Amino acid sequence: MFRILHDTQIDFIKFWKITTTVTLLFVVPGLILLMFSGYRYSIEFTGGTLMQVSFKQAPEVAKIRSTIEEAGIPSAEIAQFGGPTEFVIRAQNPETVAEQSQGSEVVKEDISAALTKAFGEGSFEVTSSGTVSPKVGGELRQKAALAVLISFFITLGYLAYRFEWRFGLASVVATSHDILATLVFIRYIHLEISLIVVGGVLTMIGYSLNDTIIIFDRAREDLRKKRKETLKDTLNRAVNETLPRSVLTHATTVATLIALAILGGPVIRPFALVMIFGVATGTFSSIYVAPVILLWIEHRWPRKAGERSAAGHRATSLSEESGSSASRKEPSVAATR
Amino acid sequence: MSNLRTRILILVALVAASVFALWPRTTTIRERNSAGVFRDTSFTRVPLKLGLDLKGGMHLALEVDESRQAVANKSEAIDRALKVVRNRIDEFGVAEPVVQKVGSDRIIVELPGVTDPERARSLVERSAFLQFQITDETGALDKVMPRIDQILKNSGQAGSVSPKAAPGADTGNKSAITSLFSSADSAGSKKDSSAADSAKADTGLLAAASGGAFSSLIQPGQMPGEYFVANENVPTVTRYLALPAVRSALPPGKTIHWGQSDEEGAGVTALYVVDSKPIITGEYLTDAKPGTDPIEGNIVQFTLNTEGGRRFRQETSRHIGDYMAIVLDDRVMGRPPVIQSAIGTRGQITMRGQPLQKTQDLALVLRAGALPVPLKVVESRQIGASLGQDSIRDGINAGILGVALVVFIMVGYYRFSGVLAVVALTLYLLFTLAVLAGFSATLTLPGIAGLVLSVGMAVDANVLIFERIREELVRGKTVRISIDEGFKHALPAIIDSNVSTILTALVLYQFGTGPVKGFAVTLIAGICASMVSAIFVVRTFYNMWLQRAHRPQTLSI
Repeated sequence: MFRILHDTQIDFIKFWKITTTVTLLFVVPGLILLMFSGYRYSIEFTGGTLMQVSFKQAPEVAKIRSTIEEAGIPSAEIAQFGGPTEFVIRAQNPETVAEQSQGSEVVKEDISAALTKAFGEGSFEVTSSGTVSPKVGGELRQKAALAVLISFFITLGYLAYRFEWRFGLASVVATSHDILATLVFIRYIHLEISLIVVGGVLTMIGYSLNDTIIIFDRAREDLRKKRKETLKDTLNRAVNETLPRSVLTHATTVATLIALAILGGPVIRPFALVMIFGVATGTFSSIYVAPVILLWIEHRWPRKAGERSAAGHRATSLSEESGSSASRKEPSVAATR
Repeated sequence: MSNLRTRILILVALVAASVFALWPRTTTIRERNSAGVFRDTSFTRVPLKLGLDLKGGMHLALEVDESRQAVANKSEAIDRALKVVRNRIDEFGVAEPVVQKVGSDRIIVELPGVTDPERARSLVERSAFLQFQITDETGALDKVMPRIDQILKNSGQAGSVSPKAAPGADTGNKSAITSLFSSADSAGSKKDSSAADSAKADTGLLAAASGGAFSSLIQPGQMPGEYFVANENVPTVTRYLALPAVRSALPPGKTIHWGQSDEEGAGVTALYVVDSKPIITGEYLTDAKPGTDPIEGNIVQFTLNTEGGRRFRQETSRHIGDYMAIVLDDRVMGRPPVIQSAIGTRGQITMRGQPLQKTQDLALVLRAGALPVPLKVVESRQIGASLGQDSIRDGINAGILGVALVVFIMVGYYRFSGVLAVVALTLYLLFTLAVLAGFSATLTLPGIAGLVLSVGMAVDANVLIFERIREELVRGKTVRISIDEGFKHALPAIIDSNVSTILTALVLYQFGTGPVKGFAVTLIAGICASMVSAIFVVRTFYNMWLQRAHRPQTLSI
């Protein structure tokens, strides 16, 4: 049997002060940054026009820019994409977008017409395009925010069903931490928020929750065994016991994500990046956020004697052992302080 | 061991069902070739539906254009429009189109493999509202001309037009929206010719005589109600006519329509004043087909039903000697012919030198019927076929690398058991694809990403089980009992982790559009398949191994 990280007894939770500082150092500047300059949104959310144009001969970027500007479309973004003949044109200026409420394709037609006039008929081909009217963009913005909120509350509901409130609350805080950290991460690397990035954030919520659940499940199981140890030790033990699993699962997941980031093409890459970060922050939070918060909660609202077995009462149908010993010794939470 | 036999039977049945679901089958699709003839093509392929982002094609979202017509019951109007759009798409002949209502006020059209998106869009969006209107014989516009000149002068409109360049003016053949009064706001403000140009324009005798802002741009034609406007002045006149003050000054009971845009190079565009009340509309039309006339060139011949024919005959007999404008979507088609005798059920629309394809398309939309409400495109996506090919290639490459890495990690770490997991993983991929084919879900590029990602996540269940088995083995239990216990102990965690992922995927499915929905679907299908493969398939493999090995002392894990 080839084992890694077998029977480790690392006191993970000991480092909670350092890790909390690290988290704060990561999240707080990001939030301040967000306050002053927000996200870049894709046209799906703002409305606008995106065209991928392939020219027969490499054109001058300046000429494309001036042509489009003369067509009455200010501050369009023109970027090379792949080869020297491939360009992406993005018109997202609010005024331009407003024109699209009459019909989302007007700006695209104007750009096409102007390019035809400047470069000649048949000198380029629109390989793909997307146009979104401001109304549709606005709707999607609302829907996306709603989706993140709903999935948050659904996971909340699931946790409430699955764990008693102390564990549930700690998981919720951990998940919130992950969402926050990911949102800040997106801002740091200046990733454009598109539908697929939102998809990445939602998937990440599910994934990071998994991790916390698996560690807490283990902790709950250990709590039911009559061990005379503090809750902190139990949590540490749970983290250590699930460590090989965490390493393996994260390794395989990150492996596929790296494959997607490298080879998956430009559409998938942002998603893969968000998810890779999500796996990292999910792992971090299930070791350093959820247990630490749980310890704090237990300290703040200590269980009454006899409540111990209740920790897992909800899950007896899923669990093979029933928490029976009500006479267990109360864990000493003071040890963490 | 009957338990094992049942397990193997179920496993074989599952694999057989999956292979059957994915077995390439022959499908026949009806497509219209470049000559406009329907053709049935049969080919054999794996029954997996590819999304537009992989196949190439166009996606349109349409809504009622309320700036052109107020609509009381949008949902009902969309239902009626949906039928018309569907008819048109069917006639257009695209393989496997999607035309559906989304929410209460939106239509989604998906046309895979469309190579001419402009054409497809105009087919969908075009109102195709046909009406026959008698041209004005009372010189109503001439009478109000001085007043309009005055209004323009008072409002300071004349000559005050900003000399902004007119980028799209000469490509202004956007016949999709040609209604004078609705599109004028956007067209006018954006595509103005400068007033200086208008002044220079040769607009004929009338211009020299009166010199008014409006009348100088307009020259009477050869038949009652006909006027000509120099092409470069069309935007200016359009804008003038859209001004509320001018509109209120226009003769009551009359409507002004532009003629077709000048494709013959005459330098002028016709403007017609017609009776507002049509003598008949396109609702009685039963058939329309493209044709060629030795004199007129391309034409569309149409047939009216009996009811329409009766009305038409009645009305035309009252208007013998008058000119009848054939108005399609607020534009007069051809030059209005004089009514020589009562006309019955047949008629024709001349296309004035427009290409055959446009003639065919017009016949098509007339046959399919007019849109009950004007529609506008609120969202469009168009993906070139080659781009789709690239995406498929990228997805497959990423998939191969991802799976290879996972296989490497699993076999490297768990050895024999890892091999079992990898075999199970192969079956997992088979199951997932079969589920997608079975529910005829669409595979999109994010969907492929979901599939690749779920390979990484699917082994989580195996990892959980294997780790538990290891723990039991370390505690000194026998191989058989360790396997039993390992599966039993890992189950709650597996269910937990999958449930939370499914929940978020469901939310994503609910909110996402197109490609992202595809991602959610593959993720959900993948999770379900991974549970089956990790819990059931791997367990069966172990049982088979235990059966063969007879009380094994060690387990390679």
